Amino acid sequence: MTTIDSAARLPIQVSGGHRADGHLDELRTDPIGLMERVRSECGDVGMFDLAGRKVVLLSGADANELFFRAPEEVLDQAEAYPFMTPIFGEGVVFDAPPERRREMLHNQALRDKFMRGHAATIATEVETMVAAWGDEGEIDLLDWFAELTIYTSSACLIGPRFRSQLDGRFAELYHDLEQGTDAIAYVDAYADIESFRRRDAARVGLVDLVQTIMEGRAQGPAATEDDRDLLDVLMSIKNPDGTDRFSPDEVTGMFISMMFAGHHTTSGTAAWTLIELLRNPTELALVTSELGELYADGDEVSYQALREMPHLESAIKEALRLHPPLILLLRVAKEDLEIGGFTIEAGQMVGASPAVSNRIAENFPEPDAFRPGRYLAPREEDRTNPWTWIPFGAGRHRCVGAAFAMMQLKAIFSVLLCDYEFSLAQPADTYRNDHSKMVVQLSQPCTVHYRRRADARRVGGSS
Amino acid sequence: MRIVIDDDLCQGHGVCESEAPEVFELGKGHLVTVLEQSPADSQRSAVEAAVRFCPTHAIRLEED
Repeated sequence: MTTIDSAARLPIQVSGGHRADGHLDELRTDPIGLMERVRSECGDVGMFDLAGRKVVLLSGADANELFFRAPEEVLDQAEAYPFMTPIFGEGVVFDAPPERRREMLHNQALRDKFMRGHAATIATEVETMVAAWGDEGEIDLLDWFAELTIYTSSACLIGPRFRSQLDGRFAELYHDLEQGTDAIAYVDAYADIESFRRRDAARVGLVDLVQTIMEGRAQGPAATEDDRDLLDVLMSIKNPDGTDRFSPDEVTGMFISMMFAGHHTTSGTAAWTLIELLRNPTELALVTSELGELYADGDEVSYQALREMPHLESAIKEALRLHPPLILLLRVAKEDLEIGGFTIEAGQMVGASPAVSNRIAENFPEPDAFRPGRYLAPREEDRTNPWTWIPFGAGRHRCVGAAFAMMQLKAIFSVLLCDYEFSLAQPADTYRNDHSKMVVQLSQPCTVHYRRRADARRVGGSS
Repeated sequence: MRIVIDDDLCQGHGVCESEAPEVFELGKGHLVTVLEQSPADSQRSAVEAAVRFCPTHAIRLEED
């Protein structure tokens, strides 16, 4: 990849994109259609035009492997997501280099040894939310899982004390932030459009909420040692002149960035796992009986969620394969390089698409069908296709929260499926993703019906 | 058997160290160190668990 073959050609550009902004409009309306067309017309290495900027789109195992193995000095991530800066705030590092990320993993809540505590926390959060349900009713999957995952991620990553000071307002504002990821940001991240105005108002609103919490803590009694959370720690750091090191704006930016990667991703995957299980009753029956057996001896969610649950895990993996929360992973080439006989020039953007690669028929037979059995031995199609089964990315940039996410989803469904029966509240083919923003979310309406099981029991998680 | 680590893939989660502490150690640089390149057969099941549960599939086992 480092040596440039003089015979190497420039990648072929996909059809369409004749407007001044190239394929930008298509990326904002039908991104998966665009990216699939790149693969079908151009092969493993193709190109589209993002408002005058060339994006080389890779797919297939060989090209993806080069993409995911490339060091930061060759394919840089930090420059590739301009739509994130107004959300996190200036100066909040969007993407630390891999070495720094490894350190963060070690200093932080994502380490293996904290997982059991997180599983208990998550089960408690689910139980708190379903406590308001009654025996029967309907929920909107987008709203419900988005609110739940605000509580779980704030409780696990920042601390239960901060979580206890949040309510539904935080989730609503956070949703507006996520909606402020229109690809127009590649032209102007501060363009005067409705979704960006809402994004900026939401960030101001979140800073207000965090500032109120900080003022309350500054005036109130100090947290006990057990109660102390990340916000207390940040507030205790002072400048040499005694003033606070971090302003409410900076603290909010840090919290937004910590929660961002794990929020819409986990929320969407929870919703799609439930939708696909309801569309595939045979698979649902396998999962419910698996959970029934695991919890028959009264073990806690915190313990069971860390164990193997082959059927539930496979269902989650298959929901991730078919509906990856991130459909386009981007980098910026920092030097000229060659992939698969094609030259990529410094400054061009380079992308890999989980939505496209996850459905390559040679790797995943019946690519469009929900077949959790493909992950069971001996097929294990995720392990045998490490460069095309890429809902979490791969290589050095692989999602560091993948294990946490899987545990979280197992804990969520342990509570929900043990205590409730669900059914689709609208025709099965009307559940769709909204691709108008870079952050993919379910289109509303997306409702399901729930009914408390006659044999429901409290699977304890709050010990 | 021989243990091969793919350093491009290792993110230092430390699952291998939990599974087979006599064979794997998480160093200061947060990359895994293999304490025993060719572990005894008594370690086999622990090492196989480490391979299986590695979140990034960074460990490979080559048979002699």
